[in-house]
Amino acid sequence: MPSEIHHADNQDRRDFVKKVAAVVVGALSTLVPAAAGLMVLCDPLRSRLTDARQWVRVTSLDTLPDDGVPRKYTVVAASADAWNRFLNEPIGAVYLRRTGPATLRAFNVVCPHAGCFVDYVPGMQGFRCPCHGSAFALDGAISDPTSPSPRGLDSLEVEVRSGSEVWVRFHNFLAGHKEKIPIA
Amino acid sequence: MKSLWQWLDHRTGYRQIADLALKENVPGGSRWRYVWGSTLIFTLAVQAITGVFLWMAYSPSAQTAWPSVYYIQYEMLGGWLLRGLHHFTAQAMIVLLGIHLLQVVFDGAYRAPREMNFWFGLILLHLVLALSLTGYLLPWDQKGYWATKVATNIAGIAPGLGPLLQRIVVGGPDYGHATLTRFFALHAGVLPGLVLLLLTGHIYLFRRHGLTAKTPLRRPDQAFWPDQVLKDVLACLVVMAAVMALALRHQIEGVPGAPGAALGAPADATEPYSAARPEWYFLFMFQFLKLFPQGTEVWGAIIIPSVVLTGLFLMPFLGKFPRGHRVNCAALFALGGGIVLLTVGALRQDRDDPGYQAAVKEAERQAGRAVVLAQSPRGIPPTGGVTLLRTDPLTQGPRLFAKNCASCHRFDGHDGLGRVPLEPASASDLKGFAGRQWLTGFLDPEQIASLHYFGGTALKDGKMARFVRNKVSVFSPENQENLKKVVVALSAEARLKSQLDADQRDKATIRQGAELLKNQIGCTDCHRFHNDDPDASAPVLTDFGSREWLVGLISNPAGAAYFHDRNDRMPAFGDQHMLTPQEIELLADWLRGDWYEPPDPPRAAANSKAGS
Repeated sequence: MPSEIHHADNQDRRDFVKKVAAVVVGALSTLVPAAAGLMVLCDPLRSRLTDARQWVRVTSLDTLPDDGVPRKYTVVAASADAWNRFLNEPIGAVYLRRTGPATLRAFNVVCPHAGCFVDYVPGMQGFRCPCHGSAFALDGAISDPTSPSPRGLDSLEVEVRSGSEVWVRFHNFLAGHKEKIPIA
Repeated sequence: MKSLWQWLDHRTGYRQIADLALKENVPGGSRWRYVWGSTLIFTLAVQAITGVFLWMAYSPSAQTAWPSVYYIQYEMLGGWLLRGLHHFTAQAMIVLLGIHLLQVVFDGAYRAPREMNFWFGLILLHLVLALSLTGYLLPWDQKGYWATKVATNIAGIAPGLGPLLQRIVVGGPDYGHATLTRFFALHAGVLPGLVLLLLTGHIYLFRRHGLTAKTPLRRPDQAFWPDQVLKDVLACLVVMAAVMALALRHQIEGVPGAPGAALGAPADATEPYSAARPEWYFLFMFQFLKLFPQGTEVWGAIIIPSVVLTGLFLMPFLGKFPRGHRVNCAALFALGGGIVLLTVGALRQDRDDPGYQAAVKEAERQAGRAVVLAQSPRGIPPTGGVTLLRTDPLTQGPRLFAKNCASCHRFDGHDGLGRVPLEPASASDLKGFAGRQWLTGFLDPEQIASLHYFGGTALKDGKMARFVRNKVSVFSPENQENLKKVVVALSAEARLKSQLDADQRDKATIRQGAELLKNQIGCTDCHRFHNDDPDASAPVLTDFGSREWLVGLISNPAGAAYFHDRNDRMPAFGDQHMLTPQEIELLADWLRGDWYEPPDPPRAAANSKAGS
């Protein structure tokens, strides 16, 4: 009798090894296509922007009103979309306003809350987001404490070159964060 | 833990399902010969997994299909592997399907009560073939485009509804966006859905009637789990290893070539593609069609295949007759043999056909060039992959030259495409035109009247040729030296890409040469050179050989800046609308050696990408 018990034990052990082997081998074979797929799926995590913060000539100083009222400008620059490269493609927009005869401020038009396009509202002397109502003052700061936006409008570096050329170092930032995190 | 499983079982009854799946009885114990069905389910699962991920990166339209596949293959992390797995697993499936079918018939597993399941299997076989056919077109490369065109045109010759059906499948009178959207919906939606449906039925019926055991039974019965499962998964592992080996075949053999599945040049309806062949498993049909002369194709393409197919479907009934099973086996054996013979015949014919071999080489060259251009800083234009080669001087120049110029001119002795015309040249050889070497030869009294330059033209006794023969031949040693500087200066006018470094280095010589050209050697007696001499009637030497100069010459060689009334036979390709302005520019760029070259030795893109 003891030998029979022994035999059954051995059989159990062999079965266990077979079961483990079957699961491992099966998982291994299936893992190959899954891994290849996940790599491609996660490919966008790799940064492909060559010149992430490019200086772009946006307009001439003369087009800006003297009274400091903001105006909206489209930013046209080289851009890439997966396999396509564009030399001159609208890549975003900025609000520009004069703060002096030759000094300017520039804001990305995108609301830092959830990425909607904010409007300039003349009546309230500031910007309002049409989506969730965040309000920003002319200097970009949050003007209404109940605004859902975690930070003020994203200011951009701006320069006046050769007396009248307005250049902006255009960039987009992650929405929803308190800090201004550039998208790279 | 135990109670959690109990809870789950109580709510779902999973144990019953698991038992149903795993405790299936295997009469006579597990055997290797029972693995084939499982390998097919495995390959289907691989296709579903890889297919869904490919779907996330693929864009079905005539403008974006090739670029998106290029992007998967050459730019995305692991993209070549994903595509390679999908491509070669599809091929493995065809082999496994063949084995499965042969085994089912030879073992008599198609007979009562399993007829239904045999039919399900046959339908599944055809669904998989349809998946292969529709998938072949999706990359929108030359290979898939032309091969699939043949397939849909065959559908069009079917009597009755054929042309209507063809138009519906193609999505219009010709291939385009709608063809891709339809083929993609078929490939990723309709056909996989049908496969899933039929496969469920196939497995259900398989379980209902049980495994067709190979007699005599060798051992006592066993449960499916774990013995047979282990054999099955090991077989799947071997299939996966084979697929990987195919995807990496170039690397294993140590020959150049990107890993994964090949991607041809972008589909171009205006570009003949004599390397068009279906996938190897359709080659027998391709070869079979050759046997049918004009007017009888419908027999080879539709009637005979339909009869054979009907025969296959009727096998379960035929098998009921005495010796019917043997007849079935013999018939299937004959069919398989015929398929093998036709396939081998097709392969041998292609192997022995230098025209086809050359076409394959050219196709590979174009595919490689398209990838180089896609990787250039310009990227792929929004007009699609097809624009890459259409606007490439290196690709179009030689063709345009062979077609329009080589009846008189030569390029390095040939017609631009490497063929040497039978007629001798009757105009100059334009290889290296306006380069220092070309000009040195032109101004050599021994060479000016040779066929390489003016020998074949009416200009061989003209003023220029006389000047070179009579004056240059007696130049003093000092003037001989001056002439060399003039050549350097004149050649610099062309601003050739190949001479950029030399022109930069020899700035002083170029300045001297330009002075000599203007004032001493005698060129400006007839030619204009950075001056405005109204009496000069010979071709203008200002910017000689530059892009604009050459475009102007090709557009109208009898123009005021060129040969005037001394023009010898050369047509005004531009003014007479024989070539479009873009074609003339491509020709000029090619003659000037001005096309995109990758910066370093061409990177084996997918290789380096995959490693990084």
